[in-house]
Amino acid sequence: MSDDKSRRGFLGMAAAGLAGVMLAPGIRLVEVAQAATPGGASAGANPKVRWGMLIDTTKCASGCTDCVDACNAENGLAKPTRSTDPQWIRKVEIKEIKTGRQSSVPVMCQHCAEPPCVDVCPTGASFKRADGIVLVDRHSCIGCRYCMMACPYKARSFVHEPLTDQKPDVPRGKGCVESCTLCVHRLDAGQKTTACAEACTKAGHGAIVFGDLNDPSSEISRRVREVRSTQLRADLRLDPGVRYAGL
Amino acid sequence: MTPPQSACGASAPGGQRQRTGRAGSAAFARLGRAARGALVSAVLAVAAGPAVAGPPVIERAAKGERCVEDTATMRRNHMRFLEHQRDDTVHGGLRGAKHSLKGCVDCHASKTTGSVAAAKTDFCVVCHTYAAVKIDCFGCHATKPDGVIATRPSGALATQPNGALATAAGAKP
Repeated sequence: MSDDKSRRGFLGMAAAGLAGVMLAPGIRLVEVAQAATPGGASAGANPKVRWGMLIDTTKCASGCTDCVDACNAENGLAKPTRSTDPQWIRKVEIKEIKTGRQSSVPVMCQHCAEPPCVDVCPTGASFKRADGIVLVDRHSCIGCRYCMMACPYKARSFVHEPLTDQKPDVPRGKGCVESCTLCVHRLDAGQKTTACAEACTKAGHGAIVFGDLNDPSSEISRRVREVRSTQLRADLRLDPGVRYAGL
Repeated sequence: MTPPQSACGASAPGGQRQRTGRAGSAAFARLGRAARGALVSAVLAVAAGPAVAGPPVIERAAKGERCVEDTATMRRNHMRFLEHQRDDTVHGGLRGAKHSLKGCVDCHASKTTGSVAAAKTDFCVVCHTYAAVKIDCFGCHATKPDGVIATRPSGALATQPNGALATAAGAKP
């Protein structure tokens, strides 16, 4: 009896140890297993990547909605007509009362490293991907909207009405909460930018830079190194992936 | 607001099936031979009549030589394949594996309606109506192929800034 137990314990320990064993220099069994993907699938979310955005508010013009329009077209969102209609990017106009200085700021899901929406979700539908993108799994979302209450950025919307003609890459439907996905379907397909950043660059504003914050050679890493930028409500210490310059 | 339904769940209403009772068969034996023959042919006539629907007529896939699995496996297990891969896709970002709902729609959209779930004769609906299984997939998922495939290399999408252009340019993948 005790013999059997110790043998089982040894096997368990051996199996646990084997996962970390080096097969060849720099290659471990866990990494081989992680690299093995179902037939023909893309590589998936890379845990070494932290997708983020840098928004230069000095280049963002008041009244310009190029990013919002591009987001709507990419994700199949209708132009909101009521305050309860889903919107993934909001243009917020801010004014410093003492000086009168005005700025226009696009605010979307900030893709926090410590997302409060994930903390409060009762079903695990709200989750953070390995590459830092915060998403809603609509298959398990029950539409309770607790995440909308928890988000300090007012980034999430609830779909109140039945939808038709969704984009094949962006399934959306009534009864679920949704928000900016950082164009996750594009990134998974190997593209390097989001619809909003692409539209902003194409229109010549260049106010949105999208990229990998963990890659020191990326454009966004270089910019956040050189230019002073802030996170919205940094006092909450949620470590958002979206940063703002010129606020 | 309607109460939320379990996504992609399936329910089969009216699970009880009719069974012939023993009393019925005893009475059947007491009938004369001629009467028995007449009764049997009457029952057969009812079975063949329009009151009982035959097996569904499934439209052939518009494109593609063969499915990702053989037909018998797909008929029995497609829901398991889809459910398994959906979690890999949503949480892990693995796209383009063979059991994708988008893949089903790409091949099986009807030639007449362009959809898998718009008309009663469309691919998904025709069987699920027959089997009385309610699916929620198309509350969120598109029932029509877009022509632009997510797994396509980056260059193909880069020149198309919005969905409208992408659809027009990529109609024939």
